[in-house]
Amino acid sequence: MSADFLYGIEVVINGLMAGVLYALVALGFVLIFKASGIFNYAQGVMALFAALTLVGIMEGQVPFSHLINAIFGTDLHYFGWTVPALLAIAVTVVIMIFFAWAVQKFVFRHLVGQEPIILFMATIGLAFFLEGVGDLMWGSDIRTIGLGLPQGGSLWIEEATASLGGDDFYGFFLDKLDILATAVAAVLVAALVAFSQYTKQGRAMRAVADDHQAALSVGISLDFIWILVWSIAGFVALVAGVLWGVKSGVQFSLSLIALKALPVLMLGGFTSIPGAIVGGLIIGVGEKLFEYLVGPLVGGATENWFAYVLALIFLVFRPQGLFGEKIIERV
Amino acid sequence: MLDSGEQSVETLLEVNNIEVIYNHVILVLKGVSLTVPKGGITALLGGNGAGKTTTLKAISNLLHSERGEVTKGSIEYRGEPVADSSPSELVKKGVIQVMEGRHCFEHLTIEENLMTGAYTRRDGGAAADLEMVYNYFPRLKERRKSQAGYTSGGEQQMCAIGRALMSRPETILLDEPSMGLAPQLVEEIFGIVKNLNEKEGVSFLLAEQNTNVALRFAHHGYILESGRVVMEGPAAELRENPDVKEFYLGMSDEGRKSFRDVRSYRRRKRWLS
Ligand SMILES: Nc1ncnc2c1ncn2[C@@H]1O[C@H](COP(=O)(O)OP(=O)(O)OP(=O)(O)O)[C@@H](O)[C@H]1O
Ligand SMILES: [Mg+2]
Repeated sequence: MSADFLYGIEVVINGLMAGVLYALVALGFVLIFKASGIFNYAQGVMALFAALTLVGIMEGQVPFSHLINAIFGTDLHYFGWTVPALLAIAVTVVIMIFFAWAVQKFVFRHLVGQEPIILFMATIGLAFFLEGVGDLMWGSDIRTIGLGLPQGGSLWIEEATASLGGDDFYGFFLDKLDILATAVAAVLVAALVAFSQYTKQGRAMRAVADDHQAALSVGISLDFIWILVWSIAGFVALVAGVLWGVKSGVQFSLSLIALKALPVLMLGGFTSIPGAIVGGLIIGVGEKLFEYLVGPLVGGATENWFAYVLALIFLVFRPQGLFGEKIIERV
Repeated sequence: MLDSGEQSVETLLEVNNIEVIYNHVILVLKGVSLTVPKGGITALLGGNGAGKTTTLKAISNLLHSERGEVTKGSIEYRGEPVADSSPSELVKKGVIQVMEGRHCFEHLTIEENLMTGAYTRRDGGAAADLEMVYNYFPRLKERRKSQAGYTSGGEQQMCAIGRALMSRPETILLDEPSMGLAPQLVEEIFGIVKNLNEKEGVSFLLAEQNTNVALRFAHHGYILESGRVVMEGPAAELRENPDVKEFYLGMSDEGRKSFRDVRSYRRRKRWLS
């Protein structure tokens, strides 16, 4: 096989791996949008906040230390201990569940039945609020996540595949972290799909997505389902935040991964779980391939805009998205 | 299920003189009272906008999500006030509403729809009850794997009733099951309702515009007009009542009365209620 072709395959594989991560972020949106009709602008900030919280807890940082020091004249920064990763993850999950509960109790319970645009604006407010809380709690420095995840190219894969091509092919270069991230994201996506298809609460979630009134009438508590959905979205945000954060540090730009999810949603449809997955993969592969094939001709850096152009072209032909839920209309 | 000796029967549901207001201003129910005995089929009749659906939703506490509120009177189930119970708590107590217009979960399969009816149950008997529902509605068994949104109106109505059955209810508040269905299907569905009443002992409060069918299957009836009960009695008596015959059953012995008579009749009835 020619080296060019094999390098093309490498690009596709890398694209698929990026795509799984996009899919994960998009899933967070889809879950909330389906169940409550809310387009959650705060999803990206939730990822940032979750990652910050995880790092803060692991490093034994005192939350709100700036605030406490300013008020009481103390000089607290760290507790002086470190917390094992698994325990820290568990505590972060609990905090995200608490966040979900608070969002439902203090914001959306009071906005039931409002226009979608109002709900959307509420999430913008929520995003800024959460960003501020994150700053106040953990400070605004760039942090690194020390989960001890493997990084760098996988020599094993490189050597194993080197023999596929001729002398000018040195094997596939795949980042270990990307491989791990893909595996984690894939498992999470599969678990979410299984949860929504095969469990009682998952079924209730889909029921709520279809018809709030009917769900109420059979005894499903909308409050509970919405807290559940926000909790799951919080967990998805944590995973996405960590995977992204390990790669490029935990910092404000992390919240912009939400922008990566938008074209995925336009492509896959806002209400479709398979759509988010396939849309993520298409965008991941599309932008890497485009950069590889066309990038050199136009001076590179196509990854920033390609996804949006693709999504826009798509919108013209299929506004409900690739898998946008069919609106069932019987005559 | 219900014998002619109605007076000795236990009362399940008691609605006392309730007033309902939507959006803080629209007064819709102006003092409605009714009782639902155990083991009976009680019909709540009346034309468009009479307040049937509002009455049912006031009982099942589904009014809140529509910005409606019970401002006067009381509703008691088995002697306990229901005002502070959520719909979910009421389902656990045995009262469930089948909403007007069926409201199946259209992207769920028929079987998944039925299973959502067992959401509040903790007893693990749902699988057995699924068979029970399929026994009453064999058509649902045939369509169990179909998305509810693609099934026919009759099948959706059956699905909605079957879904309510899955909660093992004592009382079903059934809103306008005949809506938009062919007469033959209406018969079939009312036949099943009667069966459920007799064999499973489920009590029904049945809101219907189709007075004719409802009075044939019900034991007792209330007639609602503009938010007030204007007449009540055993179904057999209502069926024979000349006024009911004329205004709700569309037949008359003495030819059509003049509009003036109709008006004064209504006024008189309101004074009486
Ligand atoms: N959510 C609401 N907000 C304001 N008014 C309402 C609302 N729902 C119903 N109404 C009004 O209350 C009155 C009674 O309505 P209701 O739905 O209870 O009547 P119904 O007897 O069930 O009629 P139908 O046979 O047409 O279903 C109507 O005048 C209706 O316009
Ligand atoms: Mg009605």
